[in-house]
Amino acid sequence: MFSFDKSSRSISGLCSGLMFAVLPAFALAESAGHYGYGSPATEEQIQAWDIDIRPDGQGLPEGSGSVEEGMGIYETYCSSCHGAFGEGMGRYPKLSGGEGSLTEDRPEKTIGSYWPYASTLWDYIHRAMPFFAPQSLTDDQVYALTAYVLNLNYIVDGDFVANKDTLPQVKMPNEDGFIWEDPRPEVTNVRCMEDCKDEVTVSDSAADKNLTPSTTGPLDEGLTE
Amino acid sequence: MLGKLRRLNQAVSEIALKESERLPSNERRRFLRSGLFTAGGAMVGGALGGLSPRLGAAQTQYPPEIPSWTRSLGAGVVSDPYGVPSPFEKDVIRRNVPWLTADKVSSISFSPLQHLKGIITPNGLFFERHHAGRPEIDPQQHRLMIHGLVERPIVLSMEDLQRFPSVSQINFIECPANGGMEWRGAQLNSLQFLHGMVSCAEWTGVRLSTLLQEVGMKPEGKWLLAEGADGAAMTRSIPMEKALDDVIVAFAQNGEALRREQGYPIRLVVPGWEGNTHVKWLRRLEVGDKPWMQREETSKYTDLMPDGTAHGFTWVMEAKSVITSPCPEMPVRGKGVCQIEGLAWSGRGKVKAVDVSVDGGRNWQQAQLREPVMSKSLTRFSLEWNWDGSPALLQSRVIDETGYVQPTLGQLKAVRGTNSIYHKNAIQTWQISGDGSVTNVQL
Ligand code: HEC
Repeated sequence: MFSFDKSSRSISGLCSGLMFAVLPAFALAESAGHYGYGSPATEEQIQAWDIDIRPDGQGLPEGSGSVEEGMGIYETYCSSCHGAFGEGMGRYPKLSGGEGSLTEDRPEKTIGSYWPYASTLWDYIHRAMPFFAPQSLTDDQVYALTAYVLNLNYIVDGDFVANKDTLPQVKMPNEDGFIWEDPRPEVTNVRCMEDCKDEVTVSDSAADKNLTPSTTGPLDEGLTE
Repeated sequence: MLGKLRRLNQAVSEIALKESERLPSNERRRFLRSGLFTAGGAMVGGALGGLSPRLGAAQTQYPPEIPSWTRSLGAGVVSDPYGVPSPFEKDVIRRNVPWLTADKVSSISFSPLQHLKGIITPNGLFFERHHAGRPEIDPQQHRLMIHGLVERPIVLSMEDLQRFPSVSQINFIECPANGGMEWRGAQLNSLQFLHGMVSCAEWTGVRLSTLLQEVGMKPEGKWLLAEGADGAAMTRSIPMEKALDDVIVAFAQNGEALRREQGYPIRLVVPGWEGNTHVKWLRRLEVGDKPWMQREETSKYTDLMPDGTAHGFTWVMEAKSVITSPCPEMPVRGKGVCQIEGLAWSGRGKVKAVDVSVDGGRNWQQAQLREPVMSKSLTRFSLEWNWDGSPALLQSRVIDETGYVQPTLGQLKAVRGTNSIYHKNAIQTWQISGDGSVTNVQL
């Protein structure tokens, strides 16, 4: 009824043929460590895709934008989510405020209070904002928005003009607040097996908090706040 | 042959008709009208498949009954050309917490760990984290560019990439914000939502070391920038030492092409490091001499400490374990022997041991590890427990091959405070009540 035999014979024939043809050449390529696959990236291709900006300004393009120019662009493209003053609408991120709050019970990590580098702002607005249309702004618009958002955070004056020379010189208030080295493991537990503590008390319970969506049935769209 | 089939279909239809007699009269009328019965010839078994669950309470299928599926034919091959789980498993899905994020486009979904039976997360259940939604990428049009401090910058098509020698490795991926809602207290009463931002798969792809050798890295190259092709153009800086160690550009997940949610057609897999570094929809790798200080490594994915300073470049996922059964979704089923089971993992290597406590951490017993135990992979553990029906506090504690012991929440908070969001790998406590129900508590 089935024709396993016929097909398997032809498949194995095919395979052994391939083995002979491919193996020696492959071994050679691997030992050379160079395969030559793909095509060389052209200067034009690299320029179009290489959009990252570093704190030292590497990557910043020509062009410029002022705080004043930024205000109008911000109102058009950004304020609906981030608020007119960067205060954040709903759960959209705040872009300003929170200065001095990092040690408080409820810290607000914003561009002004937390971000270590101004270059990151240019880079991020350019690559990812506005949220619904990323990479749609011109370089001048991004400079202007960067200037404006920095001004919202009292980091630059109202006459600031951002360009590839001025932006790397902006020192962010919290630049020195970061330690760029992982101190972990920083918490030490010991592997005690018996009588490890005297008392066990439950300090908090998730019961009756009514924050947990259902884990049975269809997706639970309730509990939005 | 055809005649035989027809006879068979007739038989199936007869059984279906007979079964329908057991339905309440209105259901039966609907069944007959639906045409399932008359179409039975075309469906073989399909009619019964649709019928049996509806019989539900009306009929049992276990002994002494001979189940209907034993007295009929099942669905033919390629009824599901791409197989899907049984409809009875419909609750086993990724889920989200609507109040957590502004928008589903920049959000998280959680793996149903309470239902997962091994160390491999099925591809459709792998947790999701998108920053600008899941793009729909045509692999024919997708390119990976490798450039920067290299001798020969190149552009690779997906076919080009798959011509390189590939490796397969089983690694977990965990979002560093897994459990991050619980620093200030117990909020969520569910394993899925508490710990479901970890998943594990077999990844197949090309070693970064192979690709970097191909382009001829210059000696000043100390860092690598990985960038995604999604609307977030997600970027992370990765030190070259790690990049050359065990990082791969993966194109397959559990033997098939990556799922779109996991970066189709290609993603980075950075074993043991926080999920955000495993850049999905990878489009660009740049070699440089300094880190780029991107938004995802400054504003986000840095840990704010109680003194107001922040720790950056905290990439490793420290060892963690959790009991997956019992858990809030899977209560203890009754007095007597109970298999306590769970998962443990470490971003620094292999799991060495897991201990379990049933009295809130006063006394501990070493659990059994279930093979395979692999580096930077989920590892199963289990311990038999004779439950006498009295309230209990269950915990698990992993020790990894570096000797690191998973900390208590108190120990972790004493150092990290409650505002670091990320890297909450503390011991989880499940409170077992007399009725076997399970609650997320903190001690
Ligand atoms: C539709 C709503 C929306 C609009 C409009 C929008 N954003 Fe955003 N913005 C977001 C969301 C959502 C995020 C967080 C994205 C994520 O999860 O990664 C964000 C993040 C940011 C951040 C990073 C905040 C932080 O602390 O990490 C900056 C800066 C920013 N947006 C600037 C802008 C600018 C400038 C514009 C106007 C050009 C803009 N956004 C328009 C929704 C919006």
